[in-house]
Amino acid sequence: MRTTSPFGSRRRSAVVLATAAALAAVGVAGCGSSDSSSAAQPSPSVSASAPAGVVTIRDPWVKAADKGMTAAFGTLVNDSDTDVTVTSATTSVSSMELHEMAMKDGKMVMQQKQGGILIKAKGTHPLEPGGDHLMLMDVKQPVRAGDELTFTLTFADGKTQQFTAVAKPFTGAQETYAPGHGEPMPSMSATPEMSMSPAS
Amino acid sequence: MTDTPTARPVSRRGLLTGGALAAGGALAGGAAIAATRTGGSGQPPAAAADTMPVANVGGLVEPFHGARQAGVVTEPQAHASFVALTLRAGTDRAALGRMLRLLSDDAARLTQGRPALADTEAELGLLPARLTVTFGFGPGLYRAAGVDDRRPTSVADLPQFRIDRLQPAWSGGDLLLQICADDAITVAHAQRVLIKDSRPFATVRWVQQGFRRSPGVEPGGHTQRNLFGQLDGTANPRPGAPMDSAVFVADGPAWLRDSTTLVLRRISMNLETWDLLGRTDRELAVGRRLDSGAPLTGIAEHDEPDFAATGPDGLTVIPDFSHMTRAHVTDDRFKILRRPYNYDGVPTAEGHADSGLIFTSYQADIARQYLPIQQRLAERDLLNEWTTPIGSAVFAIPPGCQPGGWVGEQVLG
Repeated sequence: MRTTSPFGSRRRSAVVLATAAALAAVGVAGCGSSDSSSAAQPSPSVSASAPAGVVTIRDPWVKAADKGMTAAFGTLVNDSDTDVTVTSATTSVSSMELHEMAMKDGKMVMQQKQGGILIKAKGTHPLEPGGDHLMLMDVKQPVRAGDELTFTLTFADGKTQQFTAVAKPFTGAQETYAPGHGEPMPSMSATPEMSMSPAS
Repeated sequence: MTDTPTARPVSRRGLLTGGALAAGGALAGGAAIAATRTGGSGQPPAAAADTMPVANVGGLVEPFHGARQAGVVTEPQAHASFVALTLRAGTDRAALGRMLRLLSDDAARLTQGRPALADTEAELGLLPARLTVTFGFGPGLYRAAGVDDRRPTSVADLPQFRIDRLQPAWSGGDLLLQICADDAITVAHAQRVLIKDSRPFATVRWVQQGFRRSPGVEPGGHTQRNLFGQLDGTANPRPGAPMDSAVFVADGPAWLRDSTTLVLRRISMNLETWDLLGRTDRELAVGRRLDSGAPLTGIAEHDEPDFAATGPDGLTVIPDFSHMTRAHVTDDRFKILRRPYNYDGVPTAEGHADSGLIFTSYQADIARQYLPIQQRLAERDLLNEWTTPIGSAVFAIPPGCQPGGWVGEQVLG
């Protein structure tokens, strides 16, 4: 199966990303905007353990999938004064890659993100459908709606950080995958192009 | 949640946040922003816009977390959608836990004016307009989860009443999502989010959408008018302790305490035959005046009716077949809380209305409170001539949850 992105041009895609980034930023302010009681509301889906305390992830979620590929999303937040780079992500149910969306032959496709995901000092970086995301290459067991998955991020300095993301039913994020643009894919062999299957 | 059911405005910071977004062109923000933009545009009717006070209806927030679920004793919002779901085969106790965690998180965010997680229309989540999401458990949910011993005894199919013409398309349901807000777009978005997260677990059995007066149209605390033009809900328990004791279970195990029950009936109202009645006959059918809602023996809406009073003809002023006479309850513990919404469907080609009432009755115990009233009405109530129950469903409304928890955790956890 092969699915293309509905975004026809680079320009349009950039606008969409910018809007989403603005929204993500508002989400933070919104958390603390009502009063102290609502600001203190934890969410069952938000869990940013922060032993390092440098990078946290806000509103993490993973797209539910019975099999094949899926992806995890959220907003990476760097509270430190120095830039931080995520170099890899792991989870128990699948091998993982860091992906970005890029224009290829006039279509938006996803490919491995070279050099990892950079989060600027005191900055945020959205992971979202249509943009950078943490790719689960082939889940070994169904990721069911409401399941919680633990992920480990590894940074350029070798430090790691865990977070938990809840699985949401989600029919979007069916970007075309174009392996071969990044580093060789050890686990991808036969299929030249794959797409993430819709949530069951 | 229901501990402090009054609405509170969002903070200045919340509005500023909305304003920043509006300036970015992503969306129109809160009411304060709208006023600024209209005033500054110079477009007619600028004068009216400048002087018209803007009510911050969109930014008002109802609490979600608390011992009791919101949306029961909450001052009724203008719009409601009642969504009844049928659990898919295989949706067991564990799956229900996953489902209700997702739905509780959606509700916790959207009711506070924050987009849901993975919200595909995030801008629609920023104006809660007193949104409440209330979860109800039908008898089938307890069976599916294998926890029938935690089903409140009175939450069971109602006996069949002589007046019933129930249609399966409007009846039953394993899980109810009651979505209420003072804005129809907010309700539509919340319904979309909640149904999308329900799809792996359940199918949609029926949806009933209704409305009341919009906020600001009349002062708060007014009794609802139905589409017969009658005031509807005058005899509700008095707010405070009488309301609490009538509606909520005061003690018992955690899955029962602070719960309530809901009887939802879709009542078709025949506006065509109602049209044949004069004003006097309409008032006799109910026992109240149409304008003030006062009993025919009184002056003000909340005057106690005098069922013994007789007129010059020797007959009682309030007929013994009137709706009020049949439904009358004096002891608060036996009263029900009505929180009805009107529905108004598409008229037939001949212009005949499809109108009626989404009747909702909340009470601690259906058998003790609702059933005796309903049996008296079904036996003899003149209003039955013009009204027909065409749908019926019963649900437990389990206790609320605290931050980090989920609705149903006391039942399914």
